[in-house]
Amino acid sequence: MKIVVCIKQVPDTVEVKIDPKTGTLIRDGVPSIINHDDKTGIEAALTIREKLGGTVTVVSMGPPQADVALREALAMGCDEAVLVSAREFGGSDTYATSGIIAAALKQLDYDLIITGRQAIDGDTAQVGPQIAEKLHLPQVSYVEEVVDAKEDYVVVRRQFEDGYHIVKVKTPCLLTAIAELAEPRYMSVGGVFDAYQKEIRVFGFDLLKDDLELDMIGLKGSPTNVYKSFTKEVKGAGTILNDLTPEQAVEAIVKKLEEKFII
Amino acid sequence: MEFGYSKEQVLLRELYRKFAETEVKPLAEELDEEERFPVETVEKLARFGFLGIPFPKKYGGAGGDYLTYAMAVEELGKVCATTAIVVSAHTSLCAGPIYYFGTEEQKEKYLVPLAKGEKLGAFGLTEPSAGTDASMQQTTAKLDGDEYVLNGTKVFITNAGYADTYVVIAMTDKSKGTKGISAFIVEKGTPGFSIGKKERKMGIRGSATCELIFENCRIPKENMLGKEGQGFKIAMATLDNGRIGVASQALGIAEGAIEECVKYVMERKQFGKKIGQMQNTQFELADLATKAEAVKLLVYEAACEKDAGRPYSHLAAMAKYFAGSSASDITRRCVQLFGGYGYTRDYPIERMMRDAKITEIYEGTSEVQKIVIANWLKLK
Repeated sequence: MKIVVCIKQVPDTVEVKIDPKTGTLIRDGVPSIINHDDKTGIEAALTIREKLGGTVTVVSMGPPQADVALREALAMGCDEAVLVSAREFGGSDTYATSGIIAAALKQLDYDLIITGRQAIDGDTAQVGPQIAEKLHLPQVSYVEEVVDAKEDYVVVRRQFEDGYHIVKVKTPCLLTAIAELAEPRYMSVGGVFDAYQKEIRVFGFDLLKDDLELDMIGLKGSPTNVYKSFTKEVKGAGTILNDLTPEQAVEAIVKKLEEKFII
Repeated sequence: MEFGYSKEQVLLRELYRKFAETEVKPLAEELDEEERFPVETVEKLARFGFLGIPFPKKYGGAGGDYLTYAMAVEELGKVCATTAIVVSAHTSLCAGPIYYFGTEEQKEKYLVPLAKGEKLGAFGLTEPSAGTDASMQQTTAKLDGDEYVLNGTKVFITNAGYADTYVVIAMTDKSKGTKGISAFIVEKGTPGFSIGKKERKMGIRGSATCELIFENCRIPKENMLGKEGQGFKIAMATLDNGRIGVASQALGIAEGAIEECVKYVMERKQFGKKIGQMQNTQFELADLATKAEAVKLLVYEAACEKDAGRPYSHLAAMAKYFAGSSASDITRRCVQLFGGYGYTRDYPIERMMRDAKITEIYEGTSEVQKIVIANWLKLK
């Protein structure tokens, strides 16, 4: 099975500081890592390859420094790596990014695409699903387990807030991975040396231009406007009221709302 | 002179740290308390290629150099000196001599599984009466047909019992003195070879340190490492390698102690402020950090000179001497900064102090290192 895993290099912190003046992330001095959910995706892909054979190609869009993230993926055991990088791609939002990555994926042969659910720096969870839409592929998001994988289909467990779905989906398809899917393996020492022996292919604008318009990419092609960035306030734990009749429940809710002067 | 790591080393440092923090550190206290060998960690070390770092890929290794290997021992040593010495003894003292002195057949048969981590290695040189004076070997190896027959006892052997492959030094011709000493590869389970008493130690208590007992133990003559009479030379060259490993372990212990201490002094309050805000603490830690950095440069220089193929015995001796004495000094002074809590087993710092001491003793005491250094100065 030919598997492609899309990964993103992100700042290594859950407490990313935001520049209050510009509303953008302060990245200086923060080490970069592979986004956690994406790393889970790599592990899932390697596990499937171990069972079915085939190849795992890792793809990342980013500046040349994203090379390190790709080397790490190779050192974990991925076969090939592609860096999607060009000046024209800078400033892309999720919509433009998914268009560029979809164009890059058209250059590759695949049966299965795995992305992380979302990146810890943007938290949008949009790029994976958008790639699937742009490639007209079936998709399953929030995958917490690969129940079965065969050449022409995969069976996965999709996490829901209050349960799960078991979904059988034909390949080619796209899955978005969450942390529960797998515990990523370490790189191996020999793998690191091998990783730097391998060539990382760079897909620039010229290679992808048949599938891209300049006004679909970069800042210009990004419909998202960041109105404001802020650090989330921690909410208190919710209250659950059990064993109430509908009448009692209504009464309790109304009372709470009145207490807080909402009604 | 250039200071900088290769791209591979930058990525590997990350791997080493993460592995040490996640897989090794949580076990350190338990291994010490229970004097338990970290079998489960060895299996993981093997899986991720930590047991063959400086050997070529064709022999099952990772294809790295000695500096890259020293960095691994250092990072493991920061959190658990026991785990660091398991790797160091295996790599430097067993796989090392087979790589440098073995025949192609011996490398194929013994080095490959050692470097892949399928087998664990140990080295038997020290005897009850042959410690610092390693030439006083009482263990004998007599040729009988196609076999050598080994008789004698080795003591203080790291990884003993858990190792599958042993490089053993024995006397083949007493009349020739050190030129009558030879080296052999002995497999675990060979009839006549057994593991004796396990030592109860002050530090590195998870490491298995036992006697090796040979009673008419017959090994095929093709298991001689190098030529007959080369054993002492092999043993000394092996210790040169080993010293970089032990120096890296000592460096790791010192750095780990400083990390723990910095954390502690920024939490502990006395007289209404953090003790880390007091000048005595600051000056003391500034001193310790400077010392550790100097150790690091010396250890890395020894490793780099070895990698460059230049003479490094004196540097390995200096590195081990300085790293060992510094690790003891640094950990002792860290305990002092911890105060009463540092003397309890609630914090890892007392363990680090106990662990540090051995780095001044094994694989050549500090005094032996000074002899090597003095010889290099031509003070004969």
